[in-house]
Amino acid sequence: MIEFRGVHKAFGAKVVLNGFSLLIPEGETTVLMGYSGTGKSVALKHIVGLLEPDQGHVEVDGQIVGDLGYEELMELRRHVGYVFQFAALFDSLTVRDNLSLGLRRQGLQPDVITRRVGESLELVELPDSADRYPSELSGGMRKRVGIARAIALRPSYILYDEPTTGLDPVTTVAMDELMIRARRELGATSIVVTHDLDSAFTIADRIAFLYEGRIQQVGTVQQIRQSTDPLVREFIDARPGTGGPA
Amino acid sequence: MSRPREFLTQAGRWAIEARRALADTSIWRPQLFPQMLKLGVQSVPVALFVAVFTGIVLALLSSYMFTRAIPLYFVGTLVTKAVMLELGPVLTGMALAGRVGANVAAELGTMRVTEQVDALETLAISPHAYLVTPRVLAAILMFPVVTAMAMAVGVLSGWFTATNLLDLSSVEFVRGARQFYKFKDIWFGLVKSASFGAAIATMGCMAGLAARGGAEGVGRATTRAVVLGCQAILVLDAFWALVLL
Repeated sequence: MIEFRGVHKAFGAKVVLNGFSLLIPEGETTVLMGYSGTGKSVALKHIVGLLEPDQGHVEVDGQIVGDLGYEELMELRRHVGYVFQFAALFDSLTVRDNLSLGLRRQGLQPDVITRRVGESLELVELPDSADRYPSELSGGMRKRVGIARAIALRPSYILYDEPTTGLDPVTTVAMDELMIRARRELGATSIVVTHDLDSAFTIADRIAFLYEGRIQQVGTVQQIRQSTDPLVREFIDARPGTGGPA
Repeated sequence: MSRPREFLTQAGRWAIEARRALADTSIWRPQLFPQMLKLGVQSVPVALFVAVFTGIVLALLSSYMFTRAIPLYFVGTLVTKAVMLELGPVLTGMALAGRVGANVAAELGTMRVTEQVDALETLAISPHAYLVTPRVLAAILMFPVVTAMAMAVGVLSGWFTATNLLDLSSVEFVRGARQFYKFKDIWFGLVKSASFGAAIATMGCMAGLAARGGAEGVGRATTRAVVLGCQAILVLDAFWALVLL
């Protein structure tokens, strides 16, 4: 279970998270939704200790991330798969090596690594891309390899940072199906940062709406669809000027 | 936080990370040989180019200075001493600060702004172990090798210039070169060059990993790496002269 408790984070004068609190239930897909710049991706980075809160804390499986020593933090990261917005694949490595790197770090045997890489590429429907370099892949393929790299680790948690941004509608639907399949087959708790409404309504068990660095509303897909909160309504109905940022 | 305090804090963090990363041999060892090729072997042409012209200029300059006052065979002394003790290591270091420092900063800076460094961390791999340690070790190991080659080529080009353009025979040039030769002349230059390699690679890594803000940030990091690398060479050069001479 992941829990944010009163997290504040600022970069210079810009306050990004401002008392952000949220409980992420085990085994579900929680979507963090909201306007650009409201701190969704920043919140995600706190979970794996890429950022440290100025105030408050983040708990993962009962451990406060900021209090973990180096080895404990590494151990936590071994249980979390992170899918970056632009995939963040290692340019100088083939797809196979991109997937193998984290598995070698886990101390797995070469035959296990080969099998895991194959299975993960099958799952994202790119079984023939193992020997290609990231520069030889399209944007959608790169994002799928990013997902394959995360799920190859068989993580307890998968964090997706805007997985469908910049993709065409068909690829977006394919990505949604992939995230649903990954959760079903791995049973991992998923957190998805997105401002793609269709995608959020398709994959989410719960949706948390962020506004100005804190949670405005949390609820099921149905509850968010029927929300009467003016900020949430404006976002869902895409009607600027009724409550959200100018 | 004040700048000196910020620098000391960062240096302290780097020292802790470096110690931890050195122990993580399974991560950096496979990267070491490719980095030795990239930072060392591929730098040989640049270093030799600089060395050839250094030798030529030194021979011509010394013959100009020694006219009538000092016997001309001292051209051999000056070329050999200057190339081995100072110009070989320092000019090679400067050339490699541009080539290696910029290369390392641009590569790591690009990895930083495209979140590849963050991706490494999420895979429980320390960027210091995977990126910094093999580059710094490769530079420490390879800079003396490249510098030794540059020294040899610098002396040879000085000899070639002296025997072809000046009124000096090979025997006289060698006599001059051997006159005040000490074994220390060689190892002093090589020790310096190893420290230059460490400084240039470290500055490149530090600047690259601190890059922010896209292409412009990578450009700034690259410039910073080269400037800091050159400054570090001059400071270390003075330090070794004080300590070892």
